[in-house]
Amino acid sequence: MKYVNQPIRKTDAMALVTGKPVYTDDLAPKDCLIVKVLRSPYANAWVEEIKTGNAAQTSGIVCVLTYKDVPKKRFTLAGQTYPELSPYDRLILDRHLRFVGDAVAIVAGETEQAVDKALKRIKVKYRVEAPVLDIHKAKDNPILVHPEDDWEAKVPVGADNKRNLCASNIEEKGDVDALLASCRYTVDYTYRTRPNQQTMMETFRTYCHIDHFGRLNVMSSTQIPFHVKRILGNALDIPASKIRVVKPRIGGGFGAKQTAVCEIYPAIVTWLTKRPSKIVYSRYESMICSSPRHEMEIRVRAGADENGIVKALDVYTLSNGGAYGEHSPTTVGLSGHKSIALYRHTEAYRFAYDVVYTNVQASGAYRGYGATQGIYAVESAVNELAAKMGMDPVKIRELNMPMEGEPLPAYGDCPTAPSCSMDRCLAKAKEMMDWDAKYPFRDMGNGKVRGVGVAMGMQGSSIAGVDVGSAELKLNEDGSYTLGLGCTDMGTGCDTILVQMAADCLDTKMENIVAFGVDTDISPYDSGSYASATTYTTGNAVVQACADLREKICGLGASMLGVDADKVDFDGEYVSYRETADSETSDNCEVVGGREAAGKNEAEDSGTKRVSLKDIAIKGTCGNSRELQVTRTYSSPISPPPFMVGMAEVEVDKETGKTQVVDYVAVVDCGTPINTNLARVQTEGGIAQGIGMALYEDVQYSDKGVIRNNSFMQYKIPSRQDIGDIRVEFECSYEESGPFGAKSIGELVIDTPCPAVADAVYNATGVRVRELPITPEKVAMGILKKEAGEQESNA
Amino acid sequence: MKISFWLNGVYRHEEVEPDVMLLDFLRDKGCLSVKRGCETANCGLCTVLVNDKPVLSCSVLAVRVEGRKVVTMEGMQREAQEFGSFLADEGAEQCGFCNPGFIMNVFAMLKEIKNPDEEQIKEYLAGNLCRCSGFVGQTRSILKFLRYKKAQEGGAE
Amino acid sequence: MLKIRSYEKVKSVAEAYELNQKKTACVLGGMVWLKMSSRTVSTAIDLSGLGLDTVQELEDEFVIGCMTPLRDIETDERLNDYTHGAVKECLRHIVGVQFRNCATIGGSIYSRFGFSDVLTLFLAMDTYVELYKAGRVPLHEFVNMEKDRDILMNVIIKKTPLAIAYLSQRNSETDFPVLTCAAAYVNGEARTVIGARPARAMIIEDKKQLLKDFRDMGKKKRSEAILSFADYAAGHVPTGSNMRASQEYRSLLVRVLTKRAWEAVGGMKDED
Repeated sequence: MKYVNQPIRKTDAMALVTGKPVYTDDLAPKDCLIVKVLRSPYANAWVEEIKTGNAAQTSGIVCVLTYKDVPKKRFTLAGQTYPELSPYDRLILDRHLRFVGDAVAIVAGETEQAVDKALKRIKVKYRVEAPVLDIHKAKDNPILVHPEDDWEAKVPVGADNKRNLCASNIEEKGDVDALLASCRYTVDYTYRTRPNQQTMMETFRTYCHIDHFGRLNVMSSTQIPFHVKRILGNALDIPASKIRVVKPRIGGGFGAKQTAVCEIYPAIVTWLTKRPSKIVYSRYESMICSSPRHEMEIRVRAGADENGIVKALDVYTLSNGGAYGEHSPTTVGLSGHKSIALYRHTEAYRFAYDVVYTNVQASGAYRGYGATQGIYAVESAVNELAAKMGMDPVKIRELNMPMEGEPLPAYGDCPTAPSCSMDRCLAKAKEMMDWDAKYPFRDMGNGKVRGVGVAMGMQGSSIAGVDVGSAELKLNEDGSYTLGLGCTDMGTGCDTILVQMAADCLDTKMENIVAFGVDTDISPYDSGSYASATTYTTGNAVVQACADLREKICGLGASMLGVDADKVDFDGEYVSYRETADSETSDNCEVVGGREAAGKNEAEDSGTKRVSLKDIAIKGTCGNSRELQVTRTYSSPISPPPFMVGMAEVEVDKETGKTQVVDYVAVVDCGTPINTNLARVQTEGGIAQGIGMALYEDVQYSDKGVIRNNSFMQYKIPSRQDIGDIRVEFECSYEESGPFGAKSIGELVIDTPCPAVADAVYNATGVRVRELPITPEKVAMGILKKEAGEQESNA
Repeated sequence: MKISFWLNGVYRHEEVEPDVMLLDFLRDKGCLSVKRGCETANCGLCTVLVNDKPVLSCSVLAVRVEGRKVVTMEGMQREAQEFGSFLADEGAEQCGFCNPGFIMNVFAMLKEIKNPDEEQIKEYLAGNLCRCSGFVGQTRSILKFLRYKKAQEGGAE
Repeated sequence: MLKIRSYEKVKSVAEAYELNQKKTACVLGGMVWLKMSSRTVSTAIDLSGLGLDTVQELEDEFVIGCMTPLRDIETDERLNDYTHGAVKECLRHIVGVQFRNCATIGGSIYSRFGFSDVLTLFLAMDTYVELYKAGRVPLHEFVNMEKDRDILMNVIIKKTPLAIAYLSQRNSETDFPVLTCAAAYVNGEARTVIGARPARAMIIEDKKQLLKDFRDMGKKKRSEAILSFADYAAGHVPTGSNMRASQEYRSLLVRVLTKRAWEAVGGMKDED
C-alpha cells in the first residue's frame, strides 16, 4: 500500500487554501435572478388571503409565487433512497403554515434590493390557530400539524398524521420488565437533547438555469445530488429526466444538506420563468427553517447484576420531528439500535419510540443521526448505574463492551461484531488519560475541580441493504485514469481517499487518476454522502472497479502480446507475460498495435515479454473493440460498526459552575484509516461539535414557537478557546468486508462527548445534568442544591 | 459615490452606493475568496486587511475604505500557498469555506505577534469559526509553519 | 437590511452636530451593530476624518477619541498599566480581533448596551464623556441620560489613583457576558460596577463603608470585609433573566464575581 493508510494531502486542498472560487455562489453567474422566501410569522396559521399585486409590480421583480402557483402533489425533501421512509407531507408552498419560518411566498427579481422591497409589499391575511409546541402533548392532540387527506407515508413506519405521529414502534427481546426486576442494580432516568444546528460555514444555496435542451440544470451545495433530482421532479411534478444536478465544492454539510432544504425555490422560479436564478440562505434562515438534529427525550431503564454485568435495557425515545417529517422515522431508530448494541450481555431489551409532529422547524439529518442522542442517554444511564454500584465507569465497560464476534444486541445490521477493537480502544484511552490517577476528580485549589468521564460510541458503515455506491473507471489514451464518482465530497476528502484506494489498486500514482465530482448526467448512481457510507460503500465499488479494469487491461495487453489473458501480470506500468506458466507463445509483442512499444529494449534485456500501459491505452483508442472502462456498483448487506472510546477531562469552577473541557482523548476503531490525516481531523472536528452540543449549543423557543437562538450571536458554537486539547489515536481492527479493511468514521466521532462530558462533570461535582447543554448555571445551581441537601441530611 | 482606494496593490476608482458593505463590494469586484458566514459579525469568514489590520468586511461600509489599502486573499496568493500548504498537510482545510478569512487573520496575527504561543494563537483567532476541523489541526499547522519560518530565518543568518 | 440614503464624511464636529439634528440621521460608529438593523438612515455621519481615533495620554488624563477601535484600547500599554491589565481583560472576550478592530469606543459607550463590558469597566473609573454641546459629563450621569442628538467626541479617563480588577462570566469564551463586574479603589473610594444584569451596568456604592481601608486590614479581616460586601452587593443589585441565564443565577454571580474582584484589588497598589 503506497497511499492507503497514509497522511495524503487532499487533492483539492491548494485551491481551497488559496481561496479559489469553487463554491456554488462563486460559480453562479452575476445575472441570476435573486430568489427569496416570505416566511410565516406564526407557528400554525392558514393563508386566508394573499395579495401580491404591489409586490409583482415592484421594479425589477420577475415573479411572485404563492400556493396557487405550485403543483398540488406532496413530496418529501429527505435525501433518502426511494421509496423514502419519510412521509410525503410537503408542498413547495402551502396554505397551511406549520412553523415560524414556513414558506408563504417566493419572490424572484433582478436585485436583492428589489426582492426585499417586494417581500414587504406582499399582503397576507392569516388565520392564526393554536400551535402544538410541547412534544409531550403532541401525540393525539386535537390540533393536527398535518390534517390534510393527501398526506402519505410510502412505507409503514407507524405514522399517522391524524395522531401527529410521524413514526412509532416497539421492538422487544425477552422479558425486560422481569429481568429488570431481578437485577441487583437498576437506574431509571430521562435525558434530553436540543435540536442542534449543524452550522456548516456555507449556508444552503442553489443556482438553476435552463440548458440548451430545455432541461433544468441545478447546481447545489448538497450531499445528495441524485436524490435532489428525484425530489425536484416530484416537487415540480415534471419527469426527473428533465433535471440535471451538479455539485461543486461544498462548504460543509454534516447532514444538513442531506435534506433538499432550499433547492425547490430557485428550481420552480427557473422552471417557470426559464431564467437563471439563485437562492443563498442567510444564516438566520439556516437557523430557523432548515434541518437540525431531532430534539429527543430518552428514558432509559438499565439493570445490572451484582457483578456489574448489564443485563437489561429499556429505551423509550420521544423524538420531535417538527413540522415536516424529513428523516424522522429513520433517525429515531438509531437512538436505540446503536446504543443498546454497546452492551453485549444484554439478555432482554425493549426499544420503543414515538416521533411526533409539532409546530416547530422540521428536523433532519445531523452527523450521528439519532445515535448521538441515544448513546448520550444510554451511556449516561450506564454511568449512573456504575456510580450506584460504586464501580469505576471504565470497569463496567470493560465487562460489557462490544467484542469481535460477540453479539450486538438490537443491532439488526450485524448480529455480531464482524471487526472490533473496542477493548484496545478502551485500554489505550485509559492510558492516555491517565485515568486511574485522575478518576474521579482532582481538586485543583482555587475552587476549581477537575473530573474525568468516559463513554463508548458506535455507528454503522452505510445503511445495510439500501445504500448504493458506484465508481466508473476508465483508462484514457495517455495512460491516465478517470474515476467518476457519485458520492459527494463535502470537504471530508472522499474524492481524495477514493483516489488513494484506486491508485493502490491500480499500482499507479495518484496524480495519474482524475476524480470528478457529481453530475447526475454523467456520474454513476450513488445514494450520496451520508450514513457514513462513502468510504465503505463507494470504496468497495472503487476497489471492484479497479479489479475489473485491471482485468480488461490485462486482457488487451495479453492479446497484444499474443498470450492467454490468464498468463499475464499487470504491475501498473506493464502487462507482462509470466514465463513460468508457458513458453510456447508468440514472441513478437513489440509489433502489436502497429507501434513501437515503449520500453522495448528494457523488455528485451530482461528477457520478459511485456507491453506498457501507455501502449495498451493507445491501443484502446485505435482499432479496438474492447472498452477500457468499467462501472461497478456496490451495496452492502451488512453495516459493520466502527467503534470508539472518548474520555473527557473537565475543569469546573465550583462557584460559578463554569465548565471547560481541558482534555479530550479519543481512541477510534474505524478499521483501516484510508487517510490518517483526514481520519484524525474528522475525529477532532466531530469531537469539537460534540463538545458544542454538550456544553454550549442551546435552542430556546418563545411561547409562540419562535426560535430565539437564530444567529451565531445567539447560537454559540464553540470557538477555538472553548475547546481544550483533543488527542486522537487509532486502534484499528481489520474489517474484512471493507475496502482495505476500512469502516466508517464520519458520524461515529460525534457520539461520545455528550455522555463523557456529562459524566466528567458528575465526577467533578456530584451534579448530574440530564438536559443538554450543560450550562454553567445548571452546574452551579446543581452544586448549590446538592450542598443544601447534604447540609439538610447532616442536620 | 466615488471612492479611490488600493485593492490588492492596485489603485482603483469605483462608484459605490452609501450602504454597500465592503464584503458585497469586494465579491462584486471579483474577490470571491471573501465569504459570508453570518449576518452578525460573529464568524470571521469575511476577514480582509484594511491598512494591514484585519477587519470584518461584513461590517465595514465600502465608502469607508476611501484612501485605504484593502487586501484580500487574491492579493496574497504566494503567502496563501506557503502557509496553506501547512494547513493542507494537516488535512485541516477540510471544506475550505472558512479558510480565506482564517488565513488572512493568521497573516494579521503574524504581523502583530512575531512568535505567538498556543494561547495567543487561540485568542487572536477566536473570531474565526470553523465547524469542520475542531480547530486543533489549524493550530498544529500554525505551530509547524512557525517552526518552518524560524528554521528558514536561522538558515539565512 | 440597513439603508443609507446619503453618507457624509464630516470636516468638523460642528458639521456633524448640524447634520445629526435630523432624527433620521445617524452617527456611524464601527457599524458592527448598526449594520444589523433594518432602519433607513437619511444621512450617515462619518466622524472618521476628524482624527478622533487615538488614545492620548495627557498629564492628568487619558483622552480616547470616539472613533478609536476597541482593539487599539485593548492593546494600549499605557491604559493597561494604569488599569492593571483590566482594559485588556475587559475587551479580549468580545467576539474576535477583527470585530474589535471595527467596533469603536464611541459606539460602545454611546449605545449604553446592557451587555457592555466596556461600560462596566469605564464606569468603575473616573470617566467622563466629552459631548459637543453638553461638554464634559461624568460617565455615570451620561449612562442615565436620555439619548439625544449631541455628538460624543471623546471618552476621558482621569488619572485618579486607581486599583481595579475586571471579571466577567460567560457561557462560552466569546459570548456576551452573563454578568460583568469591575471593582475599583478610585481615589480611596471603593466602587463596584455590575453589568449585564442583564440590564445596563450600575454602580454599587459602598454605603456601609464595608470596604473602607480594607487593604490595610489583616488577611482574615479583609476576607470577611469582602464577603460582607459581596453579600451586600448580591442583595442590592437588581438582576433579571434572559436567554443566557436566570435571575437567580445572576444574583449568585454578583456575589462570586464581586468577591473575586475585590480579592484581586486587595493585593494591588494604586496606579496614577
